[in-house]
Amino acid sequence: MTDLLNIHNLKVEFDTDEGRILAVDNVILELQEGQILGLVGESGSGKSVTAKSIMQLNADNAVYGDNSKIVLEGQDVLKFKTNQDLKVIRGGKVSMIFQEPMASFAPAISIGDQMVEVLLLHKKISKEKAKSISIDMLDRVGIADADKRFKQYAFELSGGMRQRAMIAMALSTMPKLLLADEPTTALDVTIQAQVIDLIKNIVAEYKMGVIFITHDLSVIAQTVDYVAVMYLGTIVESGPVREIISNPKHPYTQGLIEALPDLNNLDKPLKPIPGDIPSPLERPTGCVFHTRCKLFESGVCDNAVPPLSEYAKKHTVACFKVNTNEQ
Amino acid sequence: MNSDQNLITIENISVDFYFQENFLSKKQKIRAVKNVSLNIKKGSFVGLVGESGSGKTTLGRTILAANTISQGKVIFNDGKQQFDLSNISKTELKEYRKKAQLIFQDPYAALSPRMTVRDIIAEPLEVMRITQNREETDKRVREIADKCRLNLEHLRRFPHAFSGGQRQRISIARALVSSPQFIVADESVAALDVSIQADILNLLISLQKDLDLTYLYISHDLSVVAHICDEVAVMYLGEIVEHAPTSELFSNPKHPYTKALLSSIPSIDPNKKQNAIVLKGEIPSAINPPSGCVFHTRCNYANENCKKETPLLNTEIKKDHLVSCLRVNDI
Repeated sequence: MTDLLNIHNLKVEFDTDEGRILAVDNVILELQEGQILGLVGESGSGKSVTAKSIMQLNADNAVYGDNSKIVLEGQDVLKFKTNQDLKVIRGGKVSMIFQEPMASFAPAISIGDQMVEVLLLHKKISKEKAKSISIDMLDRVGIADADKRFKQYAFELSGGMRQRAMIAMALSTMPKLLLADEPTTALDVTIQAQVIDLIKNIVAEYKMGVIFITHDLSVIAQTVDYVAVMYLGTIVESGPVREIISNPKHPYTQGLIEALPDLNNLDKPLKPIPGDIPSPLERPTGCVFHTRCKLFESGVCDNAVPPLSEYAKKHTVACFKVNTNEQ
Repeated sequence: MNSDQNLITIENISVDFYFQENFLSKKQKIRAVKNVSLNIKKGSFVGLVGESGSGKTTLGRTILAANTISQGKVIFNDGKQQFDLSNISKTELKEYRKKAQLIFQDPYAALSPRMTVRDIIAEPLEVMRITQNREETDKRVREIADKCRLNLEHLRRFPHAFSGGQRQRISIARALVSSPQFIVADESVAALDVSIQADILNLLISLQKDLDLTYLYISHDLSVVAHICDEVAVMYLGEIVEHAPTSELFSNPKHPYTKALLSSIPSIDPNKKQNAIVLKGEIPSAINPPSGCVFHTRCNYANENCKKETPLLNTEIKKDHLVSCLRVNDI
């Protein structure tokens, strides 16, 4: 079986006035149909840049590495240059939902007109048909009075409803791959729980692949099948979500889990990861995490970049100390 | 409760805002905070939770005398000075500002990019005329910066050179430089990364012991509140619906809204299936709030009576555990 999506050695740099900034380095990911892959990391870890690369939505000053490949159903999307090709990955085979649903809808065009526009652009269907698909889709994501909402504008909907409408629009073209960039971060917890349920049901029903980006490990634990933990543009650990959360190996993953407040143990002191995330302009040499790592060994960790190697089946870790300690 | 030890006593306050749809239409009233009573004891760490639009920020700002109180009373009393915020003069307000301060949510927006960190932290001292000369100001700035783990080198730089966590420490230093007793922290870690959040929360806790502070911590993140607060008040559409000591609230929630809220927190354990209680519909508009119990439109237990009768926050489950629900004994 071929993978739905296969990312090889993705490297993305940005040309800026201060020089070339490395945003994503050597990212390897694979995704099958019907799977949800979580990308977790803090700000500046390169998770959004990775996702945007799949749709070639990064800013014009982005430079992709020579060996980088993003293979979607057998085709390398990084080679796509013409508008015709790009249309396939922007809204056709791949759709994206964003963090802030208010900013993602045009304020002066009704929700319905925007949904119809997307469909007419990607499918050879009549306007009537597009309208009925859209209303049906709004209904499926749990919006009551779908035909009434179809005529309304984004500001007339509440936050949770806007996010549902956004999901309905992203799904209306039946994409093979859905990119969800922090889809629940701006929502209240009660609404967040509903949106997570909705995404899980839709994946099961349509057999699409989803890349779910978030900084919230608890959301990851409840949503995804596989997870990749990113730090400063590289994947430091990846594997099945149960394995990663119950048996994290990389010091960064361990730190992230320990820093989370635990409702079952309120007396547990909160343990921050010492130090701050370095600026991308001052990227550490060797292992990018060595400036904050408790296992740091001078001459080893700051000398070379640790490769992502297999610790257990499908569980990979990029850390010199883990491999020497445990294998 | 002995009211002598209350630093802040809030009695049945309401806060109204007015807005006009367009310049011809009649002014409409929005009651953002409705009939809220809350006592904040000296040295306590009180959490205020609720979803967006529940009025938690408005309540916090009202206690800082940044909003006009439409009804009711807010009294600040530290044993030496007393302020009645519903009836406060301009001179008194200047004094009150030294006693009560705010830490903002977004450390990127809260610091002026054109001022050095030293000037940012020193500004309250100069505006409030707390210090007499530059030496004194510098001494005080260094003292508080040190407490917030900022060094002399940091003080010379501008905010753009700092990360989110460092900026929040600058923001905290500025709030504390006038030696206030009461701090409102409004979503103070919501804009920060997880690995930094814990650091700031630990700093707030250690400063509380060090400087004898009282906090009102406003947040939508229940797990953070569970960890740092002694007691928690839950707000919905401008009212406090439940108020209890933290461990009591999280182990024994009584209000249907609190129950739904707690059930929606995702667990870090993938094996623990999330069984979120689904609330019907959407949070109603504050312009046209529901009659009777404000929660009845979404409550799974509401009956006819809930639409008519307004519950008060007076059902005592245990000592200090109060609920505002008519049907609390039936569910």
